[in-house]
Amino acid sequence: MSRPPSPAMSDAPEMAVDAPEVFPAPAERWTARPAPAYGPTQYARQVWALVWKDLLAERRTKEILSATLVFGLLVVLIFNFAFDLRRAEMDLIGPGILWVAFIFAGILGLNRSFALEKDRGALEGLMLAPMDRSAIYLGKLISTLIFMSVMELVIVPVYSLLNNQPIRLDLIPVIFMGTLGFVAAGTIFAAIAANTRTREVLLPILLFPILVPVVITAVGATGIVLRGGGEDLGPPLTMLAAFDIVFLVVGMLVFGYVIEE
Amino acid sequence: MSQVFSSTPVSDAPALLSVRRLSKRFGSFWALREVDVDIRDGEVVTLFGPNGAGKTTLMRIVAGLGKATGGEIRLSGMVAQANDIAARRLLGFVSHQPLLYPDLTARENLVFFARLYDLPQGTIRAAELLERVGLIHRANQPVRQFSRGMQQRVAIARALLHDPRLLLLDEPYTGLDPAAMDWLTEMLGVLKRQGHTILMTSHDLDRGAAIADRVAILAGGRLVYAADCASLRPGELAEAYVAASHAAAGASA
Repeated sequence: MSRPPSPAMSDAPEMAVDAPEVFPAPAERWTARPAPAYGPTQYARQVWALVWKDLLAERRTKEILSATLVFGLLVVLIFNFAFDLRRAEMDLIGPGILWVAFIFAGILGLNRSFALEKDRGALEGLMLAPMDRSAIYLGKLISTLIFMSVMELVIVPVYSLLNNQPIRLDLIPVIFMGTLGFVAAGTIFAAIAANTRTREVLLPILLFPILVPVVITAVGATGIVLRGGGEDLGPPLTMLAAFDIVFLVVGMLVFGYVIEE
Repeated sequence: MSQVFSSTPVSDAPALLSVRRLSKRFGSFWALREVDVDIRDGEVVTLFGPNGAGKTTLMRIVAGLGKATGGEIRLSGMVAQANDIAARRLLGFVSHQPLLYPDLTARENLVFFARLYDLPQGTIRAAELLERVGLIHRANQPVRQFSRGMQQRVAIARALLHDPRLLLLDEPYTGLDPAAMDWLTEMLGVLKRQGHTILMTSHDLDRGAAIADRVAILAGGRLVYAADCASLRPGELAEAYVAASHAAAGASA
């Protein structure tokens, strides 16, 4: 791989910096090191690295969690003070209040998450890495899911406390599956909106129509749990699982195209 | 003036980067028109051109950040568009922007990108490179607190993390103060002496030509000039650049 020095090289001014071992000669680099095959293990490590990066940045800035938590709590408090509801009415309206809080706060989180990726071209740094671009989608999805889960872990007990309701553990699968559907679709549209000047406005406009079936199903399933009347939770959970799978598959397939110019 | 930028290689090594009839259209505007480029292993090539000439578009397409309207890019013999993950492993790219996470420290940024490149001992590699670019003492500060020149150093360290075969530098001198420019020129000199292959764009004729084996000028999306630095007579590059700029301005008027 070594090459004879060109006349141009001999004319180059002498540089003061020594040639360090950190940049080994090409012959050393490329004869001894075959390119590793790209497989599921490397893919999983890259997804985890992306999640680690988001958690690390959030631990330092606390921008996403603070914004989503405060906003979500405010929504629950405002609804609580705005309506003086009896228990029967609360069972009807409560699930809607919870999901309005989750989704509006989640929109804030998604917008902020992708704004950080666009800041100083960081997303392009990811696009240069030797990885399938669906790994970026999965990494962003998992980190957003974690942030939203933390926010929901605070909001649900506050909601229960304000309305004198017990905290029901059987809400966990409903909220998880509804949130997964929201994040799976939201990550795609947040990436689309991030390339526009009006991303804060555009994201809800693009996302809400797509989310209607997920929200209706999640609100229905949450109502079944809160009423505690022994209604069958199977059909809404199956529907949520189907939405989640569809959004996940579509997201993994199209995300690479979405983030390219 | 040469239309094909492969006529005067400085060695007989096979082309590491081979660009053929590369075109890019944005709406009705052709940013690149059938550009041919060959760069051989160990060569340093600087591409000059006025604003809007298509330099950044060319670099972004070679780096895999943009799609070409037509043409083919081969890296180490393989078609880059069909082997994008393998091709990206061969490339390091330094852009106008640092492509870093401002809320992470310099060390965290490099360790993160080392993980994406699946490098063993990424932490050690990150420390080595921070030492090399003179920022080991600021390794634990968030990049947001760095000056433009310091961010550029971290960006170069990021681009070199995986020891790429081809280093793409898109106007690396932009926004740097004179001291930072001198540092960058020295660093590029070191990389050149070690045999790294570099494709760089620049507006700075003196600095860009100082370390190059070959130079070329892109204007109006076409390669309008190419020369071996060894055969350049004094003032020839500047004359060619001015002529190309005037021709491009005349064509767009």
